[in-house]
Amino acid sequence: MPREGKLDRPPDLPAALKEAAIAALVAFGLFVLLIGIRTDQGPTGALVFTTRFGALAAIVAAVFVATALRALFWRRIVLAFGSVAPIPIKRSAARLANYAAAAFLGFALLVPIVFYGNRYLLDLGILIVTYTMLGFGLNIVVGLAGLLDLGYVAFYAVGAYSYALIAQYFGLSFWICLPLAGLLAAFAGILLGFPVLRLRGDYLAIVTLGFGEIIRFVLLNWQSLTGGPNGIPGIPRPSFFGLPFNASEHGFAATFGLHYSPTHRIVFLYYVILTLALLTNWVTLRLRRLPIGRAWEALREDEVACRALGVNTTNTKLTAFAMGAMFGGFAGAFFATRQGFISPESFTFTESALVLAIVVLGGMGSQLGVAIAATVMLGGFELFREFHQYRMLVFGIAMVAIVIYRPRGLVATRAPSVSLGKPKDISAAAVGDARTETPA
Amino acid sequence: MTAPGQPLLALRGVKAYYGNVAALKGVDVEIREGEIVALIGANGAGKSTLMMTVFGAPRAREGEIRFAGRDITALPTHEIAKLRIAQSPEGRRIFPRMTVLENLQIGGTVSDAADLSADLDRVFTLFPRLRDRQHQRGGTLSGGEQQMLAIGRALMARPRLILLDEPSLGLAPLLVQQIFAAIRTLNEQDKLTVFLVEQNAHHALKLAHRGYVIVNGEISMQGSGRELLQRPEIRAAYLEGGVR
Repeated sequence: MPREGKLDRPPDLPAALKEAAIAALVAFGLFVLLIGIRTDQGPTGALVFTTRFGALAAIVAAVFVATALRALFWRRIVLAFGSVAPIPIKRSAARLANYAAAAFLGFALLVPIVFYGNRYLLDLGILIVTYTMLGFGLNIVVGLAGLLDLGYVAFYAVGAYSYALIAQYFGLSFWICLPLAGLLAAFAGILLGFPVLRLRGDYLAIVTLGFGEIIRFVLLNWQSLTGGPNGIPGIPRPSFFGLPFNASEHGFAATFGLHYSPTHRIVFLYYVILTLALLTNWVTLRLRRLPIGRAWEALREDEVACRALGVNTTNTKLTAFAMGAMFGGFAGAFFATRQGFISPESFTFTESALVLAIVVLGGMGSQLGVAIAATVMLGGFELFREFHQYRMLVFGIAMVAIVIYRPRGLVATRAPSVSLGKPKDISAAAVGDARTETPA
Repeated sequence: MTAPGQPLLALRGVKAYYGNVAALKGVDVEIREGEIVALIGANGAGKSTLMMTVFGAPRAREGEIRFAGRDITALPTHEIAKLRIAQSPEGRRIFPRMTVLENLQIGGTVSDAADLSADLDRVFTLFPRLRDRQHQRGGTLSGGEQQMLAIGRALMARPRLILLDEPSLGLAPLLVQQIFAAIRTLNEQDKLTVFLVEQNAHHALKLAHRGYVIVNGEISMQGSGRELLQRPEIRAAYLEGGVR
């Protein structure tokens, strides 16, 4: 990264122009066919060839100017604000993160009260918290244990279908099915864990990806049980300690002497998923202090060393998969009861990718980071709904930007899980540097 | 306790392979309780392989490895560690993103949780630098401190036998002396049995009671440390031009 150098060094104009010219050339090569030339269907049905050289020139010029400006001034900006920030500022930033987490939680608790009248925002809130919970769950597998799982949606699906099917065939309520769904998903996690025990990195990623697809195809093709592509409709809604959310005289509203409103159920659902997400967070934080959580992290760092120190890596991996899967299953059961209808459509690879993106963008192993990333991404998707055809473009740019400028995620400092006395803060950047400098 | 005369660790006719390449071609090594035994050899002679084979990675394809009279040849690696054989592996392999304290706690996986603070104290007394740096991430330590951490982490298991792979690698001479002094202390005060793999033959053989020389996957020489230091072949191969 171009971070070395002195503040007082004058900008190097010829070098900047050269860099800009190269970037413009690359942009030209990239866009000449994508933007410069276009084929449309003409009035007779034949393809008509049109050119858009104006737009092409504009884009190439924009790339040229932006690259030149960046080459000239970016280093000064970074040096002035970024890497030269003195340690006290970095340390107070870490303290700020604590306040940020508290403020974030406070806001999350108040959302249904502040936005009570806004059904759309409440639904979005539920969606964000659901993905935050999925992020927390996947964080155990990817962030803590370092096992790259591209098929996390499988457990979400197992949880959702477990609840839907148990409710349909045995008529059990949401609150009984929730732990069952978690258990079944955890079992699926162990099932996935066994064949991939000896795999790491890319190979593990491919197998988990396949596992996610297998689950979806089973759901799609086992028509007699799952209804196949038609899904399962009429999944029962959760009740408030046995009180259903409806207008009947035994319903929630009547019992508490309130006027019936469908919003009650939405608010209730919001608090259910928030509780589940907070539970996931709490369990994760607790587990990290226990030997098993430490073993997960050690496994991420060095599997061989782990084994030589007496850590049973088989059990460690399986518990990581099972734990992560269990929370995915909880979230899945919640998803089923919220939607009232599920089909394999909802459990495509895109969901896995989204949850993984949330974990990676948020900073692997950081709980606050995951929550922020989920909010930014899902909130962003909604905010720019009209531009949805550019969604993937923005997504890609965001990913590239994160990888370049915050390679360890938005919230990259990981608090040590145990400490005697007062912990010292070390920035993630320092850790990263030290890692590359120490000889293996 | 091992019966008198019986070695604590014994390798007999051990052969190990990487794929089809033989790394150990029938090795016999014995380590008795309370000894410091050095294994010296050139790069690629099989020193580290021999050490890792004790831990079953790679597994000995032929021959037998016994620890305290028990056959451990086919035991899973983490079960071997539970018998209180600890190691500070080649390249140290500390956990860089975990704190010094967390590294040490992982080292204590096989010991009683109730002993944790006593064991920590023992390590911190031996390496006071680690106490000062206990909340730093392992990756931010200097090379010497990382080596101390790797040894300290191994000691957390309250080992009967500790295997040290090149503890002097890449360290300044003063630090090498510190590390070797610590090894001597452990051996003399705690009666810890030490199996030391070293390229630094001079230091290792001066410290060790006995030594083995490994060449091309085979033990070519053995004897007391002093004896081996005097041998002209060893002086020529491992010492001349090196440390005098």
